[in-house]
Amino acid sequence: MTDATANQGAGGRAPRVTPSRLSRVVAGIALLRESTVGMVGVGLVLLWITMALLATLNSLLVEAGVLQLGFVFPPNATLAPLMPPMSDFVVRAGATVNELPVEQICSEITSGENQGSYSCGTFWLGTDHLGRDIWSRIFYGSQTVLTWAPIATFCAYAVGIPMGLAAGYRGGWVDDFLSFVANVILSFPVLVLFVLFITLVGASAINIVVAITFASAPGIMRIVRGLTLDLRTREYVFAAQTRGEPTWWILFVEILPNARGPLIVDSMLRLGYVIITIGVLGFLGLGLPPPDPDWGGMINETRQMAMSFPWMVIFPCLAISSLVLGFNLLADGLREISLRD
Amino acid sequence: MLIFITRRVASMVLTMIAVSMLLFAALEVNIENVAVKVLGPYSSLEQREIWLERNGYFDPIYVRYARWLGDFAVGDFGESIRFKTEVSEVMVPRLINTAILALCVFAVVIPVALVLGVLSGMREGSKLDRSISVTSIVTTSVPEFASAPLLSVVFVFWLGLLPGTSGMAAGFDPIQLILPAAVLIIYDFGYVTRMTRASMAEVMTTNYIRTAVLKGLPYRRVIVRHALRNALIAPFTVIMLQVNWLLSGVIVVEYFFAYKGFGALLLEASLNQDIYLIEACAMVAVFVAVMTQALADIGYTYLNPRIRFS
Repeated sequence: MTDATANQGAGGRAPRVTPSRLSRVVAGIALLRESTVGMVGVGLVLLWITMALLATLNSLLVEAGVLQLGFVFPPNATLAPLMPPMSDFVVRAGATVNELPVEQICSEITSGENQGSYSCGTFWLGTDHLGRDIWSRIFYGSQTVLTWAPIATFCAYAVGIPMGLAAGYRGGWVDDFLSFVANVILSFPVLVLFVLFITLVGASAINIVVAITFASAPGIMRIVRGLTLDLRTREYVFAAQTRGEPTWWILFVEILPNARGPLIVDSMLRLGYVIITIGVLGFLGLGLPPPDPDWGGMINETRQMAMSFPWMVIFPCLAISSLVLGFNLLADGLREISLRD
Repeated sequence: MLIFITRRVASMVLTMIAVSMLLFAALEVNIENVAVKVLGPYSSLEQREIWLERNGYFDPIYVRYARWLGDFAVGDFGESIRFKTEVSEVMVPRLINTAILALCVFAVVIPVALVLGVLSGMREGSKLDRSISVTSIVTTSVPEFASAPLLSVVFVFWLGLLPGTSGMAAGFDPIQLILPAAVLIIYDFGYVTRMTRASMAEVMTTNYIRTAVLKGLPYRRVIVRHALRNALIAPFTVIMLQVNWLLSGVIVVEYFFAYKGFGALLLEASLNQDIYLIEACAMVAVFVAVMTQALADIGYTYLNPRIRFS
């Protein structure tokens, strides 16, 4: 690994100051620039994160009264006719858009056949079966996905890592028991667990997080267990044991940081998979409740109309695929770099 | 070998019992709902109580579980409340349908993925390797519920080549299998390709391959006679484990194309809280999971002479 700080000690002196944590993180991210695939992944992911942040900013500004319709329409506001992509939103005088009189928020058309009506913007991706702007629903939907997928993944790791560390470090009956639990959960089609759980306790964001944690933790546990089995025989672990460090210290300070490489790669892959899972639940009608935009739900609602209005289903499909692709490419780039040294 | 089989069977039985208990406990959360699903939302409270009473739902959970377990052990899977008939009568044709679909998928995935994986692992970092790798990442990134509508839009609505549903209403029709199989193939082949590539790339860096190249063997012979034998051991395990994945991976595809298979049945059973049907399906799933794992292990031992002769 080419480390900028290591070169300072080239004159035979060891570097006196260990680089700060932040600068090491920055140096690590800079390494990713060597991988084209990884950079494309970073680009896609950043694109969607920016969208989600803009969507949040947009709704904050609309709520504060700074903007009246926002940069894009609110997700459930525009009740226009079914329109193909790139069509103009023309509203006649006296109507309301998002409960505001059209005169206040749109510009009047002064010439042409629609003279006297108001132009309220363009439906870049058309409207869906209820006349809502598809672009704005995808735009706001990115918030939902990028909030709950990382939370669910984080929870899965928060449960899976301690289990894996305990199983790998302790061995014996702890290992047998935890491995058996993992086997039981993994031997069953995961999707059915989700469906059963969600139909029993109802669809809400928290329940989806719980279901994903339950189903993903065993897989994480297996990975961490394997890594721990390897790392627990290292000298620094023996040293810590000899020093009389408590077990939790050895697990979380000595072993876990040294297992981070594969875990970071796995977390990116898993994030992509969790996004797919949330989408599948939405697709099966078990996702977040309807009015909020949710990519999987959008595909489910509009797939019946794909014959006459293909744009309604194509764009949400592309949105979710590009986000998952971003995380997968990122994971591949990270793996390529971590294998290099 | 005998010890191996005994251990596997014991662990399978244990897992089955654990899964079935888990499912029974999960359905206990709102058991009254079962009556609503059967009698409809407009049934009166008394009707539901009578139905629950008559079907033994008011017995304590361990009594019901023990009763189910006893019946299951002698091959009586119980009665589906959704289809109002024997569970095995519903499940067996569905399993056959899914097996047909899975066969079609594997018949394409295995040769394509192995060839692509070997080609890209042969010269790591080459242009061919890069394009195959990126293609396989892209296809794995498109979830089934996205690729299914996209493929339908293109092949069903624009080109009008294929039927959009696979209900098999007028008897078995192979044309209707193409789209569901294509969706599964697209999603699945990337993973096997990448595993084959990793295995092949690893073999290509070993000393015996270098020796074979250095002693002047033709490149084709080095690949076919020396590299492939060792490189194909790991993908074999991966492919066996895909069988298990496919069993749940078909849920979305079968739901989308209205194909009457095991996944759609499982989904319908879980949506309707049809406990005996879910239990029977779950047992099949666990059985397949454990069997494929065991076959993968046996195959691995058999294919790898270092383990076989030790």
